[in-house]
Amino acid sequence: MPKITIDGRELEAQAGQTIIQVATENGIDIPHFCWHPALTVAGNCRMCLVEVEKTPKLQIACATPIADGMVVKTLSEPAVTGREDVMEFLLINHPLDCPICDEAGQCKLQDYAFEHSRGESRFVEEKNHKDKRVPLGPQVLFDGERCISCSRCIRFATEIAEQPVLTFVHRGDHVTIVADPDMGFDNNMSMNVIDICPVGALTSRDFRFKARVWDMSFTDSICPGCSRGCNIRVGIRNNEIERLEPRNNPNVNGYWMCDHGRLSTYPPVNEARIEGPLMKDAKGIQQHTDNDAAARKVAEELSKYSKDEVLLLGSARLPVEDNYALLKLAKEKFGKQHIPFITHIEGQDERLLLRADKTPNALGATLVGCVADGHYQHVHGENEAKKTVLELLRSRKIKVVFSIAGDFLKDPQLLEAFEDVEFFATCSSNDTVTCRRADVVFSTSAWAERDGVFVNFEGWVQQLRPAVATKYFMRGIDHMHMSRLDRFGSPFDKWARGNKRNAREAWRMVELVANNMGARWKYLHTEDLFDEIVKMVPDFKGMSYDSIGRLGQPIATKHGEVKEPIYKEVYQESTERIESVGSVIL
Amino acid sequence: MQYRTKYNNPSVARKLTLWEKLYIPEVIRGMITTFKHLFRPKFTRQYPEERWDAPASFRGRPVLVMEDNGVERCVACGLCSRVCPPLAIEVRASETELLKERYPVVFEINMLRCIFCGYCEEVCPEEAIIMSKEYELSFRDPSEGIFGKDKLLVPKAELQERLDYLAKMRN
Ligand code: SF4
Ligand code: SF4
Ligand code: SF4
Ligand code: SF4
Ligand code: FES
Repeated sequence: MPKITIDGRELEAQAGQTIIQVATENGIDIPHFCWHPALTVAGNCRMCLVEVEKTPKLQIACATPIADGMVVKTLSEPAVTGREDVMEFLLINHPLDCPICDEAGQCKLQDYAFEHSRGESRFVEEKNHKDKRVPLGPQVLFDGERCISCSRCIRFATEIAEQPVLTFVHRGDHVTIVADPDMGFDNNMSMNVIDICPVGALTSRDFRFKARVWDMSFTDSICPGCSRGCNIRVGIRNNEIERLEPRNNPNVNGYWMCDHGRLSTYPPVNEARIEGPLMKDAKGIQQHTDNDAAARKVAEELSKYSKDEVLLLGSARLPVEDNYALLKLAKEKFGKQHIPFITHIEGQDERLLLRADKTPNALGATLVGCVADGHYQHVHGENEAKKTVLELLRSRKIKVVFSIAGDFLKDPQLLEAFEDVEFFATCSSNDTVTCRRADVVFSTSAWAERDGVFVNFEGWVQQLRPAVATKYFMRGIDHMHMSRLDRFGSPFDKWARGNKRNAREAWRMVELVANNMGARWKYLHTEDLFDEIVKMVPDFKGMSYDSIGRLGQPIATKHGEVKEPIYKEVYQESTERIESVGSVIL
Repeated sequence: MQYRTKYNNPSVARKLTLWEKLYIPEVIRGMITTFKHLFRPKFTRQYPEERWDAPASFRGRPVLVMEDNGVERCVACGLCSRVCPPLAIEVRASETELLKERYPVVFEINMLRCIFCGYCEEVCPEEAIIMSKEYELSFRDPSEGIFGKDKLLVPKAELQERLDYLAKMRN
């Protein structure tokens, strides 16, 4: 194995790596703009200049392959001056409009201007003016003046999104980026260019100006948009989700997430929430109530009917813990071995991320013992799977339904089949068609308001973390991430008063109902349920919230369609080390 | 601690003489001082009938500069809100068709929090928030102390003196 020395540290490397790869893996930050670990090397920004011994000129670390015995200096005088000169050039025409730029606070150019530049310019000429606010596609806006022509976006479009519609036009300091005028940069991966643009040249139409980076807290979580379960960070200001961004996990999503997940999964957490538990009064009008009264009512109704008249409905949108709790109720009180749940298949699997199955936890729910409407049948072989929910309902035997699934009655077929149901209780976080049909509605936490475990279609067990506080989940007490505003705000400050909903995890409702039917469950946290699952279900053997961590764990026994990870390049295998360094912005 | 024990402790306090205990001579001494001042020039200002006109360097309540076309200068960058030591300022940005792209939909200063430090004025890249001469701030309810754009926006012409002062101090 070749050995190289960077800044006096002798490092093991693999043949064929470049200097910047070895440095990044070992936590040495070499400033760079155009290099990105998931894209090809362009070598056009020149920011990564380093001094290599026995070479007459400075070399770019991103395109220089290592050789055994190479001695690299990133902090020597020539290297430092070289970087400062590059920064001076890059800033000649940069508008320096950080005050109106969304990237400010997480901008490589801003950071490097602070760390690696002389702090003043010798150019007095008028700056070049270019077009601002040019739409490249439906989601992405381009600011020509801020662009430093690193070509990351062009390479992303060509290599990752495989929609080669972006290109440079003109020459010299007039160079700018255009999108194919007919097609536009319009694909389900398009918003990733906003994340990888090292400056604020590409901005999101959805997010533009919603919040400052330094006013937000970011919590690592999982996208609930489909069965891929991309790793994300949830950006919160004043207890509202402002945006989602991808988090690197080489086994699941690489550095990316899709636009569907980014744009459609967070509004339901912010908007159209139900205010608390509801129960129909004698006249059939829904009134506010409390969880205890609602649970008493549900338990009473459930006990009135025989086992075959009761349908308990799991959910592929909720973590394994909630499905497990409902299944436990089904086993203990109704002697059922399985409970069905409904998946949401729509469209085709996309080449990269988005899956046809739009529920995040179908495999997880299956593993704990629920059965889907036929889609995951092969996983557990012969069982109740064939009886789809619809068949069950159409058989007209079902008189009472208790569901932890959210809005499943928007499907007109199901709504119609619901005609004969005499009592219907559901858990929901949003005000939906399903809620209006229900006799009892429990107000439950949305995905961003709770702990929980999802299993993606490949068998990766991953963890949700609470990002939004509720009346029961408090930022300070429950170790949630806090922004500056959360830490210093008082109840008198509008910017710290954010809406905290009256919502709890669905399994707590199941527990309440079970205990009203004579059970004696006592779970304090979602984690307690998971610890029980670990003991009961072999697929989760030996796991805990700690062992799952931020990057997930594969299921112990490989059920289902567990495939090879989608990203397998050498540099990405080093993610864990890169992540542990923390401060390295790629 | 030491301070308190010393002065609260009667055994340490100085004993008064009989002359001092009588008080009458002390009362007369006080009256003489009072009468002397009746014939000296007056310093008292008859506030609120008579108001004080502060100099340009005075740091009164922070206000937003409104350009002649009726638009605020502020681009809602949030720097003033970031720098404000007691977190008195809230800025929420939105997009405008104007050249400046960004403007504040919400701009609020909680005047019960403001400590008149002037940091917001110093940090503002647009010279959009400046310290005015106004010092009369009283409220009957805490919510009245939160000033929105309606109260904060002041036409540029009225603030010229401070703007000139800032320009002078900068050079
Ligand atoms: S828009 Fe951003 S990513 Fe694209 S070339 Fe310019 S600076 Fe690079
Ligand atoms: S691919 Fe699926 S999990 Fe990933 S971001 Fe899109 S919707 Fe979310
Ligand atoms: S610093 Fe100036 S421009 Fe920025 S938000 Fe405050 S007043 Fe507006
Ligand atoms: S003067 Fe000081 S305390 Fe008052 S708003 Fe400005 S920065 Fe905040
Ligand atoms: S030239 Fe090496 S990072 Fe751009």
